[in-house]
Amino acid sequence: MSKQHITATVNGDEVEFLCDTRETLLDCLRDHAGIMGVKEGCGTGDCGACSVTLDGRLVCSCLVLGVEADGAEIGTVEGIAEGEKLHPLQRKFIEHAALQCGICTPGILVAAKNLLEKNPDPTETEIRYWLAGNLCRCTGYDKIVRAVMDAAAEMREAS
Amino acid sequence: MALDGQKTAYKYIGTTPDRPDGLDKVTGRARYGADISMPGMLHGAVLRSPHAHARIVKIDASKALALKGVKAVVTRADFPDGLDGEDWNLQENCMAGEKALYDGHAVAAVAATSPLIARDAVKLIEVDYEVLPHVTDVDAAMKDDAPVIREGAADFSVPEGLHPNVVRYFDSGRGDLDKGFAEADLIIERSYTTEAAHQGYIEPHACLGQMGEDGRGELWVCTQGHWFVRRMSTAVLGIETTNIRVTPSEIGGGFGGKTTVFIEPLSLALSRKTGGKPVKMVMSRNEVLRATGPTASASMDIKMGMTKDGKITAAHGTFRMQGGAFPGAPVDVTTMLAFANYDIENVHHIGYDVITNRPKQAAYRAPGAPMAAFATESTIDELCRELGLDPIDTRLKNAAREGTRATFGPKFGPIGLVETLEAAKTHPNYSAPLGPNQGRGVASGYWMNWGGETSASVAISEDGTVTVSIGTPDIGGSRASMALMAAEAFGIPYEDVRVNISDTGALGVNEPTHGSRATYASGLATIRSAEDCIGKLCKRAADKWGIDPEAVIWEDGCAKPSGPNAGEFPPMSLAEIAGEMGSTGGPISGHFEDSPAGFSGSFGTHVVDVEVDPETGRTTILRYLVVQDAGKAIHPAYVEGQFQGGAAQGIGWALNEEYIYGEDGRLQNPVFLDYRVPVASDLPMIDTVIVEVPNPGHPYGVRGVGETGITPPLPAVANAVREATGKRICNLPLRPSRVLAAIQGKG
Amino acid sequence: MAEVHLWSGLRSLADGKEMVEVPGATVGQVLDSLVAAHPGLEPALQRGVSVAVDGQIVPNSRNHPVDPDSEIFLLQKLAGG
Repeated sequence: MSKQHITATVNGDEVEFLCDTRETLLDCLRDHAGIMGVKEGCGTGDCGACSVTLDGRLVCSCLVLGVEADGAEIGTVEGIAEGEKLHPLQRKFIEHAALQCGICTPGILVAAKNLLEKNPDPTETEIRYWLAGNLCRCTGYDKIVRAVMDAAAEMREAS
Repeated sequence: MALDGQKTAYKYIGTTPDRPDGLDKVTGRARYGADISMPGMLHGAVLRSPHAHARIVKIDASKALALKGVKAVVTRADFPDGLDGEDWNLQENCMAGEKALYDGHAVAAVAATSPLIARDAVKLIEVDYEVLPHVTDVDAAMKDDAPVIREGAADFSVPEGLHPNVVRYFDSGRGDLDKGFAEADLIIERSYTTEAAHQGYIEPHACLGQMGEDGRGELWVCTQGHWFVRRMSTAVLGIETTNIRVTPSEIGGGFGGKTTVFIEPLSLALSRKTGGKPVKMVMSRNEVLRATGPTASASMDIKMGMTKDGKITAAHGTFRMQGGAFPGAPVDVTTMLAFANYDIENVHHIGYDVITNRPKQAAYRAPGAPMAAFATESTIDELCRELGLDPIDTRLKNAAREGTRATFGPKFGPIGLVETLEAAKTHPNYSAPLGPNQGRGVASGYWMNWGGETSASVAISEDGTVTVSIGTPDIGGSRASMALMAAEAFGIPYEDVRVNISDTGALGVNEPTHGSRATYASGLATIRSAEDCIGKLCKRAADKWGIDPEAVIWEDGCAKPSGPNAGEFPPMSLAEIAGEMGSTGGPISGHFEDSPAGFSGSFGTHVVDVEVDPETGRTTILRYLVVQDAGKAIHPAYVEGQFQGGAAQGIGWALNEEYIYGEDGRLQNPVFLDYRVPVASDLPMIDTVIVEVPNPGHPYGVRGVGETGITPPLPAVANAVREATGKRICNLPLRPSRVLAAIQGKG
Repeated sequence: MAEVHLWSGLRSLADGKEMVEVPGATVGQVLDSLVAAHPGLEPALQRGVSVAVDGQIVPNSRNHPVDPDSEIFLLQKLAGG
């Protein structure tokens, strides 16, 4: 089966890979582009561990085909920090103990960053519904929601 | 053991520094099971039975092997014969032999040059099945006409006359039940069921195995316990235990489900067959739900008697549990812990371990305890309601405390149930006003904890830091706890401690991170190893000063002369001693190995408020409070995290999560959309109160806190729904359809 | 002689006794004495039991000391999640 040549921008860098038409964007990011921060928890769009932004829109990369990413701008957890400077969400997740095993953390950070770009002052309920597509089995979400609220507050103050 | 010598004033313990692995885990750098690759690596995939029970007549892999890129196929014929006991169970579960025993049971495995080719190849393997009658329900499996899953699976304990599917029997108790029930003013009898729930870790099982023709190799795997993986995988393969070195990756959740093996022996067998090429295997979520261990389902009968003023006079429980196609449903623990919260003179438990055509159960957080708690704590709630008694006061009246003879026999040492009940009673949540269709539920729970085989090592480094090597994978922040305990023991800053999770080649045997033991046992081992180092550090100072080592003490991170008689020398810091250790006798390290027996259980009390929509039967959690005894909270934020996570899992089990089998014996919901774990919008903030009744068996008083938290939510939520609706529902989960039927009188 | 208490499922294997007095200075010796006195208990002990000595569960510790007046309970083998 012939493979497709795909060119995409991942976290600002141009990335090229050959992809089987059956492979998902998640498969391509992990297996062809070496972007291992994107995690597979279900492969059916239910857990959010593979959350990335595709041209600014939050998607489950397991529900996008690799070939659909041609020419797209993709954002993953690896692109959240600016150089050596962690994003406030990353700092607050550590500070609030908002991760235990950490496997859901990359997807939740991508989703939360996407929320704060659209809504810098979300309520607790808005955060809970925005993150309802990101399963965490360890924390019961309490400290995650607090970390997002605290990061949002800090970012509002800074802006 | 007395409290003498136990520390009570701390510099580092009880603070909440950033975890050492935090940065890796918020940047995507942390390497989990599926994140590891090797040059020349192949990819594995597994063919699984679509039948609940079927004889495997023939397997033809010729078409698969003919596919370009396919390097090997293994079936049971590639594994040795002659195993027995649990080793045979593991082998049979990893790869079906004569029969497929459940929907999802592995039948063959393939290694190929890409994941896609491996998956394509699996579809080309032809299997002739002779489909057999099946049974997936525990009560149905005990009936005379139930299909026999395996003759001869029962052990010595099973009385004659029971169905061959009953494989273990438990019977324990004391006192005089007739007398106890005669003293009661009210006796309530109820039957309850709970469904199987999956641990639901977000990271599917994944491993990378490499084994040469000589039967030696390596395994990288996400696991709670790599020494368990080593022993089990080599047993399944019939090779010497130490032929395989196992390195744990970061682990994306386990909750008990990653204390056993599934694909690990398959990857090694495939690797050997390809001449030693590394073979990576990663399960899909479908495979995780169909073929890895959920917990047992349970069917239970409870009878309890109480006096008008709330004293429990007698309790009897019968617990029937299925743990899939193999012995192992945790009915032993269920019977032990069913009534363990209380001081009951007349008590009796009967337990049945039953096999069915379901996947082999695996441990799940406090295995066996939540089911029993649902049945017993619901019954106590009903007794309180009928007698007009406050549920917390009634529990206080009966609560086990230091010196109480536990319902399972021995006397309790210092424990904290009373303290959790008192803290719950005075918490604002317990007096918050409730509106229409709202209700409050209370329940307590217990987990007895565990010590387990433990080996640790601490090395002094030349830059003045210390490196702690432990063998319990960090599943929820335990590196931070170890670093805090080492910092406290040495009197050096938290930042000067490094924590490694060592592979099986670097330490003696360690049991997994399970049984709520890691912070207790690896923590104890870290402290004792540090003390071992401190003795050697003092000796170096003594040698330098030319005085007797006995005359040197360790204080605030420094060796000091013990008093004026010892001599006048300025203190030597750890960094100073470390900096010159290369020229004063060489490296300094400390060790500790034991199966520590000083663990002590943790009690918890939960208070939940719910609102039930009378139109739909949907239950919303309004407020949730966890009060639990941590002994001493090393890193309080991660202790709270354990409380909250346990509560969330228990809420899921109570409200939504269940294994649903069709008439065909196939799992109907092997996907997270239908196996519905709680999401962020299902839950409120989860309030926590950490009670600290120190455990005398740990230098800092630690009790394990991981498991207790999943035990009270099942009954607490059911008790709250009872108050909100007026209906006692005895079957979990409390899915909307079931609650609505109860409200409408159809339940 | 230490007092060893048996859970009721074990009693039928030990002539119906709830409590057996056997000699032994360690957990291992006590268990061996128990099997010597009541051979029917052997399969149950081989399957694995937990032993509580004076209220403390001492898993994997055949060498754990036992005093002459110790109170010992045999419990079902424990595990955890």
